[in-house]
Amino acid sequence: MKRVFVPRDSAALAMGADEVAAAIAAEAGRRGVAVEIIRNGSRGLLWLEPLLEIETPEGRVGYGNVTLEQVASLFDAKLFDADCLETGGAHPACVGLVEQIPYLKNQQRLTFARIGITDPLSTADYLAHGGLQGLRQALAMSAQDACQTLIDSGLRGRGGAAFPAGVKWRTVLGAAAQQKYVVCNADEGDSGTFSDRLAMESDPFMLIEGIIIAGISTGASEGWIYVRSEYPHAVATLEHALILARAAGWLGQNILGSGKTFELYVAMGAGSYVCGEETALLESLEGRRGIVRAKPPIPALSGLFGQPTVINNVVTLATVPIIFARGAEFYRGFGMGRSRGTLPFQLAGNIRQGGLVELAFGITLRELVFGYGAGTCNDRPVRAIQVGGPLGTYLPESQWDLPLDYEAYAAVGAVVGHGGIVVHDDHADLAALAQYAMKFCALESCGKCTPCRIGSTRGVEVIQQIRDGDTSAKQVTLLRDLCDTMVNGSLCAMGGMTPYPVLSALNHFPEDFGLTQPAPTATAA
Amino acid sequence: MLKPDTLQAADLVARHVRPGRPLLSILHAIQDEAGYLPTGVITPLALALNLSRAEVHGFITYYPHFRTTPPAAVVIQLCRAEACQSMGSEALAQHIEQRTGCRFTEHGGSPAHTAPAERTGHTELTGHAAAPLEQPKTGVELESVYCLGLCALSPALTINQRLHAKVTPQQFDAWLACAQDSAQHSAQQPGSRAAAKMPQSAQTGATGEHI
Repeated sequence: MKRVFVPRDSAALAMGADEVAAAIAAEAGRRGVAVEIIRNGSRGLLWLEPLLEIETPEGRVGYGNVTLEQVASLFDAKLFDADCLETGGAHPACVGLVEQIPYLKNQQRLTFARIGITDPLSTADYLAHGGLQGLRQALAMSAQDACQTLIDSGLRGRGGAAFPAGVKWRTVLGAAAQQKYVVCNADEGDSGTFSDRLAMESDPFMLIEGIIIAGISTGASEGWIYVRSEYPHAVATLEHALILARAAGWLGQNILGSGKTFELYVAMGAGSYVCGEETALLESLEGRRGIVRAKPPIPALSGLFGQPTVINNVVTLATVPIIFARGAEFYRGFGMGRSRGTLPFQLAGNIRQGGLVELAFGITLRELVFGYGAGTCNDRPVRAIQVGGPLGTYLPESQWDLPLDYEAYAAVGAVVGHGGIVVHDDHADLAALAQYAMKFCALESCGKCTPCRIGSTRGVEVIQQIRDGDTSAKQVTLLRDLCDTMVNGSLCAMGGMTPYPVLSALNHFPEDFGLTQPAPTATAA
Repeated sequence: MLKPDTLQAADLVARHVRPGRPLLSILHAIQDEAGYLPTGVITPLALALNLSRAEVHGFITYYPHFRTTPPAAVVIQLCRAEACQSMGSEALAQHIEQRTGCRFTEHGGSPAHTAPAERTGHTELTGHAAAPLEQPKTGVELESVYCLGLCALSPALTINQRLHAKVTPQQFDAWLACAQDSAQHSAQQPGSRAAAKMPQSAQTGATGEHI
């Protein structure tokens, strides 16, 4: 019987994967062909979704953008026949051996090594592809050694703030308390980012394993995954995976027979962007409005319900298993400077080959967008690239050759953030996008601090006046002054970083604001 | 004497409150069952969780996902964030408004930023929530959302929680017609609407049933 893989992640579903899977089953029944359909995770080659794969002796052969109308032709080509060794190269949808596609072959998949290969809800698949090796290593270590391993790996928070994860863990380990928690921040609200979603939907056990390791390394016995409500499929996958993990003895009273205890639950957010800020998230989970807390105290000392709490992003925790499985030195071996390891870059927006590209730090935007991404979908020139989500800067062509490294980006006032890359073509109006950044902040501000709550609305107004033709130095100075107040006076990154896209648009694309020469008094960003 | 809708609300609360279960998860479970959060749930929730009614009300109205009025037969959520903007989501938004005769409201907006005409959901907390006042005729509701996580396949939207990516105006028209047909079909079979509106995932236990 031929094994056929049809992805089940949200991107594939949005492109009709369920319908294609059903059509294959129906057609197979009609023709009397025995086919085993496996709903795998996505490979992250999202522009090819739904990407059907058929197992052959040479490897898995892919068929990209399969439509319902093409299903019958795949059968006509005998691709599903058990004795058919032919690789189907003649079929128009054929993309060849999936693992030989340069986009995938040239990546350095560490965290995302398993995605698309396995059935995300098969514990057997997980074990067969290296699953739990990290947890077994961690169980054999002392908590101190485990925290040191993470410090040595150089892993920094992948949510955007890039704080050394091991230092956070060691702080929690050192805090004395009856109850400690691990909270996974899966409130991935940034436009242009989807690596958390892919991790949760395509390899949920990897995240669960990472969280358990965080728990046993810091003395926490309970964990929560806070997933945004826009990701119902991720929530469903995680909840199903948790049931399987408990049944397999990976979670609960006696993890893998070690005598150690860890329980893990999923909570769904409710549409508030600012709940991706760690203290707002904790408030939300505790049953209050998602209002940002003042720091200190830091969550590592006083987090969920006032207890010491490890709070890390999905990709941070999902990277933990491979660090423990392969060792800190292995992971450190990738990357540059103080940015160690790999980052799953997400190619999004107006890009021909959008998807997940995991590579070591140090790659450039130009290589990513034009090499992997193959430029824009509509063949128009790229004008601006926003890196790091709605709070990241717009980079003009002069900055596309900078290495993607936390420090190199910070040096020009930009941020790598969560690795989201949104491409805009030459139709983009950067003044409109700058105004949108302020509007988004006004919509999503929790309202606790004045610079963010009021500044964002004033920002929308000032940019409107400039766009309406009042390009006097007075207005531009007012906008800069407002941005300065927001950057330096806001309680969290929501208000504090909204000026990043605004100022970068103003500095690099002044003509969109109706300014005939570079905007005066350019500061960083 | 308790009105019938209050009794029903109290019953809803009783069924979904469990020790240790966060308020967030309780509200999701109620909304998944009833389609919205009926007025009557506030008092029993406050009693069950040892909170004030103001705290429960404040919580519900803070989060854009929670609604205090029943949804229209067809709810469309269009992503309006940067990646989708770069692929023409604003032009698509115009097409959708023209096609449906409805206007987009902000999903991501807290009540303070919402225009008075859009606040019906929050002012009706003292009475039994009725159908939304905005678009009662066509039975379509348009919401702006900020990121569905399909940024490599923009523009993206959901129609009754089904995801669609790389959406063209022509495709939208076809899916809308399809959703309106099935909404009409399920309206003729009372009780089936809540199930029809669930995402596929909810049927596999996505609604916080873990605790």
